[in-house]
Amino acid sequence: MTQALNPKLAVKNLNFYYGNFHALKNINLDIREGKVTAFIGPSGCGKSTLLRTFNRMYGLYPKLRAEGEIIMNGRNVLDPNVDLNMLRAKVGMVFQKPTPFPMSIYDNIAFGVKLYESLSKSEMDDRVEWALQKAALWKEVKDKLKQSGLGLSGGQQQRLCIARAVAVKPEVLLLDEPTSALDPISTAHIEELVHELKQDYTIAIVTHNMQQAARVSDYTAYMYLGELIEVGETDSIFTTPKKKATEDYITGKFG
Amino acid sequence: MTLYFRRRLINALSLTLSLAAMAFGLFWLLWILYTLFSNGLPGLGMALFTQNTPAPGSTGGLANAIVGSLAMSSVGVAIGTPIGILAGTYLAEFGERGWLAPATRFINDILLSAPSIVIGLFIYDVYVAQVGHFSGWAGALALSLLVIPVVVRTTENMLRLVPNSMREAAYALGAPQWKMVLQVSLRAAKAGVVTGILLAVARIVGETAPLLFTALNNQFFSNMNQPMANLPVVIFQFAMSPYDDWHTLAWAGALLIGLFVLTLNIIARVLIRPAKSH
Ligand SMILES: Nc1ncnc2c1ncn2[C@@H]1O[C@H](COP(=O)(O)OP(=O)(O)O)[C@@H](O)[C@H]1O
Ligand SMILES: [Mg+2]
Repeated sequence: MTQALNPKLAVKNLNFYYGNFHALKNINLDIREGKVTAFIGPSGCGKSTLLRTFNRMYGLYPKLRAEGEIIMNGRNVLDPNVDLNMLRAKVGMVFQKPTPFPMSIYDNIAFGVKLYESLSKSEMDDRVEWALQKAALWKEVKDKLKQSGLGLSGGQQQRLCIARAVAVKPEVLLLDEPTSALDPISTAHIEELVHELKQDYTIAIVTHNMQQAARVSDYTAYMYLGELIEVGETDSIFTTPKKKATEDYITGKFG
Repeated sequence: MTLYFRRRLINALSLTLSLAAMAFGLFWLLWILYTLFSNGLPGLGMALFTQNTPAPGSTGGLANAIVGSLAMSSVGVAIGTPIGILAGTYLAEFGERGWLAPATRFINDILLSAPSIVIGLFIYDVYVAQVGHFSGWAGALALSLLVIPVVVRTTENMLRLVPNSMREAAYALGAPQWKMVLQVSLRAAKAGVVTGILLAVARIVGETAPLLFTALNNQFFSNMNQPMANLPVVIFQFAMSPYDDWHTLAWAGALLIGLFVLTLNIIARVLIRPAKSH
């Protein structure tokens, strides 16, 4: 049980800048291993920015800069010497809009796996099936693995993206508003999935839907204007928040 | 109420004007097509594809010119396409920082609008004059210089249409940039890139000026090392001649090129459609 409470990611004094704009202000936070941590807060408060520091996604663009530490497995993720490809193998990400690649369902899953492992045809078949099972998509697509991933519905595409991330066998999954572009039924599918996946992965999920945070997460962090206002067990955040600002946001007085 | 009426009036007016503009464009296109067909159809027949360009007064076809055009266009596209795709990919995917990409883009834009006769003269000067004779290779080279800027431009534009979220998704899996570009971006832009190549082909099959100085013409079949017959130059020569047989052949050749270009454009349209919808 103590094992489960270890921080998988320990964020220390994290500051983030878009050029001159100070987007994250001295964030300190632990993401616990094997748990789901939800990030809530009004639009533009820095939830995505924070998530994108965990896998150094921001490094793709010039003028963006992070200071501080994010310790994962004893190493600082922000260290320039960190091998980005290996980091991203351990920290998978799913985006707001489904982003299937323009290739078959099978190849969508195999794409990431091939970056790290050279599997035989049958091993790859097994891995693809395994990942699609994990993402609760196998039953729907098992007869059309050779068809384009673009032909799936939005909800299926998003589960395909989750399967694609899971197939690489990461330790952490980052989900940035994974259901905001989906209908209620697909949303329910994905929420169930998050429940299933936390058995094996540490999950950080951004959502602007508070009911969703309450439903899927063990811990909830409330952010506002680039600051982390409050973080704690989801139950206590939603029933007895310590900060007035959190309470206002949760009860809908603000936001 | 008057505001509503005014809006309706403006709407009707602009609709009429744009329809008129369309009708104006369509009118000339249809007239051109009508002239092409009415003058070109009489010359269309098996002989056109089986016999070589004749001497005045005897019967013949355009076989050598058709084959010459196909050969030089194919080689031109084969040379120009890889270079164009590589350069376009560089501009769209790798050229974010530094001066090289903007400079390349600028030069490419100049090349794109350069009169084709200039390209022909250039190849004449650096190749034909050096080896001392006109040849199919020289023609193909000149055509490839026309292909490159078209393919560069369309490849870059099509890659820019690929949403960044797709690239980020590949990077998020840990893919290196070259793999992302090859397997994700270029694949997403494939239909558009192929369209660019088709449009480049459409552009070069009718080009006369660059071939006048490079491939010139030939009454017979030839290999790429000799002066080579081709449709545009044959059309030019035959149309300027006083002989009726030649005129008929020139019109038939023009019809062939016209139909070919029309077909390419239609295929390009069809190809680009599904690319837009997702
Ligand atoms: N690429 C960018 N350049 C400049 N500012 C940005 C950029 N992306 C986000 N921001 C700013 O950073 C802040 C946090 O954005 P974001 O992390 O996307 O918020 P959230 O995900 O919570 O809605 C916002 O004020 C936003 O305007
Ligand atoms: Mg966001």
